[in-house]
Amino acid sequence: MDVMAVLSAPSASRAAKPRTSASKRVQNRAAYLFVTPFFIALIALVLLPLGYSAYLSLYREQIVGGVSFVGLENYITAFSDPKFLEGLGRVTTILLVQVPIMLALSLLFALIIDSDRLRASKFFRLAIFVPYAVPSVIATLMWGYLYGGEYGPIAQLGATLGLPTPDLLSQEWMLTSIMNIITWEFVGYNMIILYASLRTLPTEVFEAARMDGAGAFRVAWSIKIPAIRPALLLTLIFSIIGTFQVFNEPSLMYKIAPNVIGASYTPNLYAYNLAFVNQQVNYAAALAFFLGIVIMVVSFTVQNTIERRNQKAMG
Amino acid sequence: MKNSISSRMRTLGALALAGTLALTGCAAGAAGPGNGSASEQKYTEEDIQAALKKPTTITYWQWTPGIEKQAKLFQEKYPEITVNVVNVGQGPDEYAKLRTAIKAGKGAPDLAMIEYQFLDSFTVNGSLVDLTAFGAAESKDKYPEWLWSQVDRGKGIYGFPSNAGPMANLYRKDIYDAAGVTTPPATWTEFADAAAKIRETGSYIMTLPGNNAGQTIGYFWQAGAKPFGFDGDKTITVNLDSPEVQKVTDNFQDLLDKGLVDNSNDFTDSWFQGIANGKYASWLTAAWGPVFLDSGTAANTAGSWRVAPLPQWDASKPRSANWGGNGTSIVKGSANPLVAYAFARFLNEDPVSTKMLAFEQSQFPATIAQQEAPDFASNTVPFFGDQEINRVFLDSSAQIDTGFQWLPIMDFVFQSYNETYGKAIADGTNLRAGLTAWQKAIVEYATTQGFTVK
Repeated sequence: MDVMAVLSAPSASRAAKPRTSASKRVQNRAAYLFVTPFFIALIALVLLPLGYSAYLSLYREQIVGGVSFVGLENYITAFSDPKFLEGLGRVTTILLVQVPIMLALSLLFALIIDSDRLRASKFFRLAIFVPYAVPSVIATLMWGYLYGGEYGPIAQLGATLGLPTPDLLSQEWMLTSIMNIITWEFVGYNMIILYASLRTLPTEVFEAARMDGAGAFRVAWSIKIPAIRPALLLTLIFSIIGTFQVFNEPSLMYKIAPNVIGASYTPNLYAYNLAFVNQQVNYAAALAFFLGIVIMVVSFTVQNTIERRNQKAMG
Repeated sequence: MKNSISSRMRTLGALALAGTLALTGCAAGAAGPGNGSASEQKYTEEDIQAALKKPTTITYWQWTPGIEKQAKLFQEKYPEITVNVVNVGQGPDEYAKLRTAIKAGKGAPDLAMIEYQFLDSFTVNGSLVDLTAFGAAESKDKYPEWLWSQVDRGKGIYGFPSNAGPMANLYRKDIYDAAGVTTPPATWTEFADAAAKIRETGSYIMTLPGNNAGQTIGYFWQAGAKPFGFDGDKTITVNLDSPEVQKVTDNFQDLLDKGLVDNSNDFTDSWFQGIANGKYASWLTAAWGPVFLDSGTAANTAGSWRVAPLPQWDASKPRSANWGGNGTSIVKGSANPLVAYAFARFLNEDPVSTKMLAFEQSQFPATIAQQEAPDFASNTVPFFGDQEINRVFLDSSAQIDTGFQWLPIMDFVFQSYNETYGKAIADGTNLRAGLTAWQKAIVEYATTQGFTVK
């Protein structure tokens, strides 16, 4: 999903002119030609490596003993691997706690900016969006500094005011700290998607509602939010996928707090360490695949449930 | 969350690509020249000299700044030879690239700088050339016995030692004096007393970092422990519950429990600040430690530092340990092993080159000749109040227990430390339990990798 595409989503209606079959054929050919580069990239950079890791995941290479075919053994191991399951538990917590907070904030900001009651709304839109433009590597380094116990401004402020500040990089607080970083990074991104969707709504409906005496809150709750449900679902699905694959934040936090993060804080970090520290590429491939399946199942279930509910509500 | 998705996709893709490289590598490795037994063919000095007269280019991966100077010297001596010195990253970064290149069957350098503790992780799958065939055994007497045993792994000689890291106690004389510690602690008992006195002044005598397995293993080494063993084939021993290791562990447990030793991680920003602002009065480190002090944050403390030997377990039988250090190895598959051999030997044994290593690249010398060079021992360092600090490190080097071995899976051992023993240090929990967990994790992993664990 490209942000720019969403922002400039054409409101122009599609031309429905009937065409001759010859020109259609030419058009089709041109269309295929245009999508070819994408398909080449897709096959070379996504499908082939994906197929290859599926293949790898069925083998086991040992430092002593070499390569052997093990079938689904790697997957069975993953199923009962406490490190993998703990990591999965952690990202599930993020999904249940952080994602709702982040999307609620995104929606709130989008509605506020869309309400036209805000002065300098362009500035706020940009300010909320800017964190997304900061590479997550830099974002995490920055937050690592902010969280730091001895030199971090949060701890220093607490010390100056005589207030106790928790060690934000400790075992108890690390997950919260990471969730905070992710929220900060992606609130603006989701807000832009929702805001763009709000902008495409026909204004006549709001006017009619206002004439009937509906206030701004009523309009937002009963008209705007239901109307942008598809965009909300989109942000939710993106967030689910992103959450299960959290990697950069814990990976960088490892440098600051190696004893808290360890090798398997999230499933993706675990897969990375298995491949590059433990030299267990095959098991890492199996984990990555397993994780992919989990993501698909969860995304599909969420999407289906919401769509079914939508249909019920409409019917 | 577009960025996160694509970046994570990339991770997955990279993983898969790495896997691709890995597998093609296996195929190439099995059939390629890599597995040929080098010991079948012997080379003479004439062969080496003849090879040096042909136009040849060799590549050396390493991360010491300034080695280009030695390469230039070598090229002046042998005008037909070109040495490409490439820095592909430090330590683990280089190893990851080296492993990938070796598995891919192409792109690997002729020579690589490898730390002693990681040498076995390359010899276990036959990635390095046994230098015995080139006559490397003749170099044995040029190095201290313990150091030579770091590259002579019994089954073969896998490199030339470049430098060493004999350990010592770098301490702040001003803080020691203020606390009434007039002489640096000679034993670990005295160390505990000194720690208590220094704690009263507000400083810690030191920190025991939970993120530095290398240093902790150095303490084990000094106590005479032999926690690891590898037969060069498929059998390893993991002995982290030996009495020597437990002795070290219990000592630190005591110091930590009493709050006399800090447990903050090292090489972090706050650690560097702690070193500079007097939070720590000592740093028990290796001969490369001073490099981190005099250039950088601690520059303002110049003149107040001194170097003393490590505290001893038995003052009548002084012992020391090594932390770090590396050598130059030849990578299997090198098209020019003779030239590579000549360069590795020149770099680490030529008097001009070793003098450069000692004085320009600030390394503790590996060769006995350079160690015994009068201007090395008598070199005074203003940062340490004009003390002749090399003498302390030379004594330390002479007291290092020989025959200390490593496992061919040290990458895992080091990372696992952070989650077990190191975590116990950081969390202030029971170190013995951390030790048991560490041992268990290593044995489990080694078994998965097909090793026989004794």
